[in-house]
Amino acid sequence: MSTVTFRVFRGDRNGGEIKDYTVEVQEGMVVLDAIHQIQAEQAPDLACRWNCKAGKCGSCGAEVNGKPTLMCMTRLDTIDISRPVTVRPMKTFPVIRDLATDVKWNYEANKKIKPFTPAPNTDWIMFQEDVDRVQEFRKCIECFLCQNVCHVLREHDEKTGFIGPRLLVRTASLEMHPLDVENRLEMLKNEGGIGYCNITKCCTEVCPEHIHITDNAIIPLKERVVDEYYDPVLSFFRRLFGSKKQAQPTGQAADD
Amino acid sequence: MESYTIHDYDVLVVGAGGAGLRAAIAAIEHGARVGVVSKSLLGKAHTVMAEGGMAAALGNVRPEDNWKVHFRDTLKGGGMLNNWKMVMNYTKEAPDRVRELERWGAVFDRTPDGRINQRNFGGHSYPRLAHVGDRTGLELIRTLQDHAVKLGIHAHMETTIYRLLTDAGRVVGALGFNRQTGEFLVFRAKAVVLATGGLGRIYQITSNSWECTGDGFSLASMVGADLIDMEFIQFHPTGMVWPPSVMGILVTEGVRGEGGVLKNSEGKRFMFDNVPERYKGEFAETEEEAERWLQGDRNARRPPELLTRDVVARAIRKEVNEGRGSPHGGVYLDIASRRPADYIKKKLPSMYHQFMKLGNLDITKEPMEVGPTCHYVMGGVRVDPDTQATNVPGLYAAGEVAGGLHGANRLGGNSLSDLVVFGRRAGMAAAEYAAKQSGSYQVDEVQVRAYIAEALQPFNNPQGENPFALMKELRATMQKNAGIMREESELKAQLEILANLKKRAWNTSVSGSRAYNPGWHTALDMRLMVEVSEAVVLAALARKESRGGHARLDYPDPDPTFAKINHIIRRSRDGNLTVVAEPLPEIPEELRKMAEAKDLKELSEKVGA
Repeated sequence: MSTVTFRVFRGDRNGGEIKDYTVEVQEGMVVLDAIHQIQAEQAPDLACRWNCKAGKCGSCGAEVNGKPTLMCMTRLDTIDISRPVTVRPMKTFPVIRDLATDVKWNYEANKKIKPFTPAPNTDWIMFQEDVDRVQEFRKCIECFLCQNVCHVLREHDEKTGFIGPRLLVRTASLEMHPLDVENRLEMLKNEGGIGYCNITKCCTEVCPEHIHITDNAIIPLKERVVDEYYDPVLSFFRRLFGSKKQAQPTGQAADD
Repeated sequence: MESYTIHDYDVLVVGAGGAGLRAAIAAIEHGARVGVVSKSLLGKAHTVMAEGGMAAALGNVRPEDNWKVHFRDTLKGGGMLNNWKMVMNYTKEAPDRVRELERWGAVFDRTPDGRINQRNFGGHSYPRLAHVGDRTGLELIRTLQDHAVKLGIHAHMETTIYRLLTDAGRVVGALGFNRQTGEFLVFRAKAVVLATGGLGRIYQITSNSWECTGDGFSLASMVGADLIDMEFIQFHPTGMVWPPSVMGILVTEGVRGEGGVLKNSEGKRFMFDNVPERYKGEFAETEEEAERWLQGDRNARRPPELLTRDVVARAIRKEVNEGRGSPHGGVYLDIASRRPADYIKKKLPSMYHQFMKLGNLDITKEPMEVGPTCHYVMGGVRVDPDTQATNVPGLYAAGEVAGGLHGANRLGGNSLSDLVVFGRRAGMAAAEYAAKQSGSYQVDEVQVRAYIAEALQPFNNPQGENPFALMKELRATMQKNAGIMREESELKAQLEILANLKKRAWNTSVSGSRAYNPGWHTALDMRLMVEVSEAVVLAALARKESRGGHARLDYPDPDPTFAKINHIIRRSRDGNLTVVAEPLPEIPEELRKMAEAKDLKELSEKVGA
């Protein structure tokens, strides 16, 4: 057993400071265990958000030695503990207290996305190969680490005209659902701000669910937006005959 | 004087897991103004951790399956103590609730012909669990969350309910506090639906998240609602046992559903020697037969690893106690030698990830070490089987916090569909009840102020105890004295420990501000945890037999006398809990025959499947 120093941010949205705590380390421990030990024995008011401690809920995102990660899935034997370990809250969101940040912007921005709208009178037959891609997107646990590292949100604080990688993934999960008939391209182009993304793939790198955010979600959506709004030939035909997706008949979904 | 904000709703739903969100959706659709209170952020409730799937007799994989076989399996798995009417409502409605999720955007794994796929699980006679790999709970909660947002749900996130409020014997709202700010909120509501989940955190080794502190059981009991069957706690057979920091984290039953086998340190598949009398003849008797079943031979019987959870958990404990365990006190769960690596990664992706990340173990190459972990409580707040109403007017309960459906032992996969079937029923009934309430009812301001003062007391008690240390003590003693195997002397000792902890829970000390203060939250959680722990221990003392999730060393066998009763845990006028034995509701003859059917073909042919 060894002891490790943790340098933890303590404070709120008005600022704060780094405080040092010493933790006894056992085999297999993760960063969240260390934070809990500090809470239980040294600083009972140390705030951090967590739920499942198994990488399934996406609550405990933080920046460990500058790297955005889930604290519950970061084993101490995968980081350098010969030196103090610094734990800070996600930078992109306002701090509530200590390691807990105010992420409600994500829930608000989510409302810009039109909900799932199934084709009318569908028989609900979908083949596995047709839903594999959508299932990849639906693995998202909403840890918001991708939002945290996206420079549009992190450096430029563009939270009105851009929805960020998480919500682009959610849009992709609906747009690529085999039975969905809604059209979300105008939202993506305008208030979704997909044009802001310049494909640096920072989001993909931090995704704990290994979703190919940029390659599988954002780039195909960008292509659809380009086809819809910027392809002169298609645009001409669309003006003549209307958009394919909007041309679908509307009506009640079959509900057998 | 301490201030608070007031929020008016027709229906207040406490909890935003599967049952709470489904109840909210139903109540909104019935025209009620609905508020939802959630201790966590939306989408993070314990439902998100559910892995293997949701049981419903869709008949997509085996057309012989139908509600009658599901009814029979559920009662059989529950030691026949289940409320038969709840089981009937549940098994009949579960398929519609699953299809409804698909219509709201859920994307389940598919059969080769493009329908919702179903997998095998313990105690289910046919492949019955709709699933998405091993992250079915995430799919369920996200779908309900998205649908609730579409309907304009009003959610108070990171808000804890401290007490329910009553007027003239009925529930008229609740007092809570915002965890982020520490500010108090008074909810005035015509009806309250409890959907607060389980109590796993009263045990040291548990698969449950921090939220599962048993709030709903205690809140309900404090306003006079009866609890039922609280002695029945499910210890899931397969939790992680190594390294120490992850002890208890769930390893899905889906591993066994996909062909995984249990072995002891001698390499023996010990489950063949652990088939209880009542399941004799229904399981494979040789490894060869079990192998044929895995290959799809419909004449072969299922492997004994797919016995019910109570049976498997006790068998594992026996192997470990008799010296045939793995190095870290578990047994081996082996899928690596049974299925190709690609198949394992596709069907059990988060198990692969979880062991790789947390245990440095590749489950496609090596067996896992597993052991029992507290997973679920079968008992709960006693409810009407149709409306989920409690015996206190205006109070409803759904999901894990409600009792009755699962009897003495829950089948895997029966929880997720329980949430949506009874969440919906509770939401509808609460909205209908609320619509009929026209008279005046009052929230007692004096009472509210008294509750706020007692909730803030730990801030003004510098000599009090550390709430984290207190919680640790509770969890360790419950594990030792009221865990998977129980006996009278230990249960009685635990009652004394609880009496002591109860006093100390009201003498804690916390420091810092009220904003997002985990020490304070833990101090208040403890007050509810000791109450529900006492209900569990009292019921466990009263049941002098072993059945389902209740195993007594001093009464190791099932007892026919206890086969006929449920235990009701009731708060008497002096505030103490008492246990009352009540005869089971009488089951109609036709349904009883169905439940006792040996030959499943009979059940299938009747519906012409």
